[in-house]
Amino acid sequence: MMTPATWFGYVFELLPGLVTALQLTGISLLLGYPLALIFAVLLDGKNRVVRWVVLALVELGRGIPLLVLLYIFYQGLPQVSIIPSAFTAAIWAFTWSTAGYGTEIIRSSLKSVPQGQLEAAKAVGLRESDRFRFVVLPQAARIAIPPLMGLAIIMFQLSSLAYVITLSEVMQSAYFLGTKTFNYLPVFLAAAAVYAAVTIPASALVTSIERRLGRHV
Amino acid sequence: MFLYILQGLVWTVIITVGGFTFGAVVGVGVAAARVATSRIVRIIARVWVDVIRGVPPLVWLFVVFFGLAEVGLRLTAFQAAILTFSLIASAYLGEIYRGGLAALGKGQVEAAHSLGLGRFDILARIVSPQVLRTVSPSMVTYGIGLMKDSALASTIGVVEMTFRANQVTQNTGQGLTAFAIVGAIYLAMSIPLGVWARRVDNRMREKYVVA
Repeated sequence: MMTPATWFGYVFELLPGLVTALQLTGISLLLGYPLALIFAVLLDGKNRVVRWVVLALVELGRGIPLLVLLYIFYQGLPQVSIIPSAFTAAIWAFTWSTAGYGTEIIRSSLKSVPQGQLEAAKAVGLRESDRFRFVVLPQAARIAIPPLMGLAIIMFQLSSLAYVITLSEVMQSAYFLGTKTFNYLPVFLAAAAVYAAVTIPASALVTSIERRLGRHV
Repeated sequence: MFLYILQGLVWTVIITVGGFTFGAVVGVGVAAARVATSRIVRIIARVWVDVIRGVPPLVWLFVVFFGLAEVGLRLTAFQAAILTFSLIASAYLGEIYRGGLAALGKGQVEAAHSLGLGRFDILARIVSPQVLRTVSPSMVTYGIGLMKDSALASTIGVVEMTFRANQVTQNTGQGLTAFAIVGAIYLAMSIPLGVWARRVDNRMREKYVVA
């Protein structure tokens, strides 16, 4: 018999999976965003070989479905005798994807800083590193923050994909619960509620931050 | 192995095109509901869009495939994939249309009114062509994303590329080769599409943006 209490029971059983999902997302963002900043800077660098290598990494990270990246690390690497755990494989795949999408966001935000700003910084005698740190980066950050937060929400949603490599996140827990109770519909709707409870408020937050940061742009 | 995996491309294309087409049609309704005069309709549409976009596609796929079967609606994996991606696409494309509508100046509709055009003519000859022009680059970008999402259909047993690569891995142990092939096929489709979208976008900007 399906009662609201049973349903909320399902939601509770999925919460440990939510912790895993948040860990996966958090670590991937912590690794992926700095990588994206490095990639964005290198893409505008002078060394041609470096530019091509970075561009290839970015395009692979964005062009290949994350599901396939997950399989490449988890099912593919054992072919060359590297056997990562499900969590490690997931971190690698998600970091790569985050770095790929993040690079595009950061690059376009760096480009949106007006040329005059750089010229003025040069004219007042700032060193190149200081020009980047004190003039370009703060202005670019204001533009990049909302889309980077949006990317974080997308990555959190995508953490559901780690289900396919047996990582016990929300979907894996839901599937297990489904096979145990045969109440697939309520169980998967409970999973949907868990995701929505994070993403819908988070999206609203991003919108309001976007509005505030955009005020002086 | 390459040919075996490539055969799955048919399903990838069918699911992507099918989901996109249905989504593009239903999306018109979603966009119309989002800007409806009735407040209740607007709220329902808003909730529909937010809930669909707030939950990962994989979850919807499982709700439709495993969940609906439990209440008596048994769909094949392929039907479930088409239905799920159509619903998801309707929400995203609906929002894209709405953005295009918002970008269209109010004066366009008012001018058409004052020229004595009927509601249908205004929609078909004034609003739609202009909105489609502004939103088409975003639609292509969404289509590329949808194509990548279609890989999820492998999880419920649609024999597309990712599913086949999994079979190959289990039979031969050559997972890296198999999934690298899948990745390469996706890149071979998404990169040219992306370049094309950018070019269309640039052309629109040059031609149609008035100051």
